[in-house]
Amino acid sequence: MNRIISPKNAQKIMKVVFWASGILTILILLVIIGYILLKGLPVIDLEFLFGEPIDSGRAGGIFPMIVSSLYVTFIALLVATPLGVGAAIYLAEYAGENNIVRAIRFGSETLASIPSIIFGLFGLAFFVIFLGMGWSVLSGGLTLALMALPTILAASEVSVESVNKSYSEGSLALGATKWQTVYRVVVPAALPGITTGVILGMARAIAEAAAILYTVGAALTIPISLLDPARPLPLHLYIVATEGISLDNAYGTAAVLVMLILIITVVTNTLLDRYIKKMMGR
Amino acid sequence: MDYRIEVENLNVYFDELQVLKDVSLKISKNMVTALIGPSGCGKSTFIRTLNRMNDLIDTFRMNGTVLLDGGDIYNPKVDVVDLRKKVGMVFQKPNPFPKSIFDNVAYGLQVHGISDKDVLTEKVEESLKAAALWEEVKNKLDKSALGLSGGQQQRLCIARTIAVEPEVILMDEPCSALDPISTTKIEDLIHKLKKDYTIIIVTHNMQQATRVSKHTAFFLHGEIVESGSTDKIFIEPSDKRTEDYITGRFG
Repeated sequence: MNRIISPKNAQKIMKVVFWASGILTILILLVIIGYILLKGLPVIDLEFLFGEPIDSGRAGGIFPMIVSSLYVTFIALLVATPLGVGAAIYLAEYAGENNIVRAIRFGSETLASIPSIIFGLFGLAFFVIFLGMGWSVLSGGLTLALMALPTILAASEVSVESVNKSYSEGSLALGATKWQTVYRVVVPAALPGITTGVILGMARAIAEAAAILYTVGAALTIPISLLDPARPLPLHLYIVATEGISLDNAYGTAAVLVMLILIITVVTNTLLDRYIKKMMGR
Repeated sequence: MDYRIEVENLNVYFDELQVLKDVSLKISKNMVTALIGPSGCGKSTFIRTLNRMNDLIDTFRMNGTVLLDGGDIYNPKVDVVDLRKKVGMVFQKPNPFPKSIFDNVAYGLQVHGISDKDVLTEKVEESLKAAALWEEVKNKLDKSALGLSGGQQQRLCIARTIAVEPEVILMDEPCSALDPISTTKIEDLIHKLKKDYTIIIVTHNMQQATRVSKHTAFFLHGEIVESGSTDKIFIEPSDKRTEDYITGRFG
């Protein structure tokens, strides 16, 4: 039989194809981030970072937006983390394989695939109007919590599930209760994976514009109370860009957002590394 | 004769599969009893019945009686947490927690409500000394237990078990993952511990059984073929199957 390409050559070609796919992926990332930083960094100075916006954001800074972003993300994680981690522990440690468990997992996966604008619409109907929270940090934070929840749950469940079963056995054999075992042995061992899940949820929440479009308001001032309206960075970016207020400041805002996510990720990863090293005795 | 554990007519099933058949065995106080037999003969299942670790398996069913100091451990009134405090267990593969050496030993005390730092420090040192590990780790108690060698990890697991002051220590092939030098250390330790604890050790190693135990029970296909003094079993076994096994003709 005549082969058009010999197996040896096919192997070489495919290796190049896979290599190129990998390189292309990283290139796309670098081009996007590079472009944003190239256009955005020249706008950024101390006044931009720590000043109040002037004339709807045409001039001045974005300090209230940075505060808004951190504030709503913090509220979102404050709600979503215990809920997601709790559900994950239930699924991985307590529940067997039954219909309720399948329903929770299916529910969580479906939640993850709902478009963010639908979350926004729901947040508007439920938190803003029905519960009377108005356009506020609280409404926006809770809406983002719903979005981050499935991410945190899925990552936490996998990491709790993958904790070495011999740890639990050792703990139970010493006369520890199930809860003591979960709380003192399993969760600390799963903490790196859980934290990664929380960081992924954080990244999803802090970068979200559509879900907060109808829930957080668009105030240009620094939010203090939970019921104050706010304007997180992605929303500010959206408004400044689409309403033709200032494309330069839109890029500046985008660059700040990218760097903020980068800083949070790097800091948490460093802390995690240290924790893992201590735990594993390396 | 004073018995710590008396097992009578024990049958154990996982689903429909019968793993132990009509097993009866009396285990004397402060003595080492070895359980030998080929893989899959039910030795591990047997010792896991003694601290009710099999309860964790959904399909586990049993009948018969298991008495600890005369009390039925499968009585519904028995608190399994108390039972496991009295009957400690060392596993086949060393399984220290991913915590510091100190925390590993203190763990059992802490889950039983001891939080006084001085008491913990004292008990940790005492237990590590009893497990012949103190000299090797006394300067790195705050380091992770996972950084220790396999043999040290296993002695740490023994220290962890001793710390909660059990009456019985179950050892499920505690040396099977260890090198010969570590094995010797564990065996020396067993000799030292037997005056204070009732030890039941599952082993695949005939020499180990003769070295450490006073009594031996030979399991085959879920039944006890023969049990009695180790000397007798290894020198003049009364059952042909025992003789075949200890002389290495099968298993």
